[in-house]
Amino acid sequence: MYAIRKWSVRHARLLERVYAGVEKSLLFAAPLINKIGHERLEAPVAAIEKGVKGVLFDCQMCGQCALSSTGMSCPMNCPKTIRNGPCGGVRPDGYCEVKPEMRCVWVEAWKGASQMENGKDITTVQFAVDYQLKGKSSWLKVVRDKAPADKNSEAPSS
Amino acid sequence: MMFTDEPVPGYPLPMLNGHSSPGRFERILRAGHFAVTSELAPPDSADPAAVYERAALFDGYVDAINATDGSGAHCHMGSQAVCALLTRLGYALIQQISCRDKNRIAIQGDILGGAAMGVCNMLCLSGDGVQTGDHPEAKPVFDLDCMSLLEIARTMRDKSTFQSGRKLDSPPKVFLGAAANPFVEPFDWRPIRLAKKVAAGAQFVQTQYCYDVPRLREYMSRVRDLGLHEKVFIIVGVGPLASAKSADWIRKNVPGVHIPDSVINRLKGAENQKAEGQQLCVDLIQEVREIEGVDGVHIMAYRQEHTVPDIVSKSGVLNGRTPWHPKLYDGDATVQNHLENL
Repeated sequence: MYAIRKWSVRHARLLERVYAGVEKSLLFAAPLINKIGHERLEAPVAAIEKGVKGVLFDCQMCGQCALSSTGMSCPMNCPKTIRNGPCGGVRPDGYCEVKPEMRCVWVEAWKGASQMENGKDITTVQFAVDYQLKGKSSWLKVVRDKAPADKNSEAPSS
Repeated sequence: MMFTDEPVPGYPLPMLNGHSSPGRFERILRAGHFAVTSELAPPDSADPAAVYERAALFDGYVDAINATDGSGAHCHMGSQAVCALLTRLGYALIQQISCRDKNRIAIQGDILGGAAMGVCNMLCLSGDGVQTGDHPEAKPVFDLDCMSLLEIARTMRDKSTFQSGRKLDSPPKVFLGAAANPFVEPFDWRPIRLAKKVAAGAQFVQTQYCYDVPRLREYMSRVRDLGLHEKVFIIVGVGPLASAKSADWIRKNVPGVHIPDSVINRLKGAENQKAEGQQLCVDLIQEVREIEGVDGVHIMAYRQEHTVPDIVSKSGVLNGRTPWHPKLYDGDATVQNHLENL
């Protein structure tokens, strides 16, 4: 999995485009998703998301994905779960202070970001993680944040 | 030195326009003085006398004292307790807050508590990993990182609310700091990360040990290009090395400390390595003070704290100034009275 994770950072630009497509489709499907109901979709969508992103990024399912702003290197794999790295402990060859056998997640992140079209997003401050979202789908969260349902369609159908 | 409106110890200074804190450290920096800070190794003891003795070593030579928070992930007396003991004597403290051991509920409580006890400066750190310390089996918390901690502390101060949005009755008036390490990878991004810290609320930074001045010059030139030297006070970390052997051990075992071969060779070649280590520290201070945008030095003299006065006076950076310390008040009846009534 670690090898795939490194591949993903090397192909950050490709994955950025793929994700742009995913987000577009999600937003296109938003009315349908909202109609079926987020609660009903949560478990199956989260399972798919965990499968796909688990393979590609060793995704830890924080539920508030920041990959687009972190060079496609998942910050939750940093042993300190730093969302705005790298810390000051990086080893001379770019390896992790805590896990010397692993490349620093944030050295990788800046490398990935430098290839991405919107790589400069890495310079925006990521605020504290909301642990209530852990294990939940961040794809559905994107739909809620960017295409909120109007009140009527959220109502349960009788 | 004392400001004309200096009150008795333990009392905050009147707040000046544009200042965030009623503290002496912020005053020194904003007045354009070259600041000197040092760090107090908290004792492995429940005896307050150990804290007083360690602080008194710096009397008259430093503008503020960092109270470390489980540095190197080792257990010691807590930083908030050290601050509580010393602010009552009037010392200017920099309360270090690490994200390793506490979650946001505990940390926000510490920010309020520290400010209530007269702490005017807080240094927001992610913290060393637990594996470096004496309790590698401990659970690392890291609910926040240094950046989100800065943002939360700033929100508490400027918006008078907790992160949750719940209102504070009285906000903590604190000058906010962060750490920076220009000496490790990825070098190109380090100045940009400093910009992020400034955006999150950092008003001053204290750097990791500097033993590589050319590297610092490069970093500072990028920092100036970004205009950051006008937005944040930069205090460069320095420290005396005890010997070539210990320097070599540090660079191999302490994450984030970069010591070039030239430094090791200089120590190796010296007759008295300890004295050479102190002289090297003096030389480094004199070199870094000449770099545009450097506003002070932070002397970390672990287990060599007694050498700090000599290093500071040899470096000449105080320019004839004597930083405030409690003994300046010796014989002042109001102050004696205040201290006796603590």
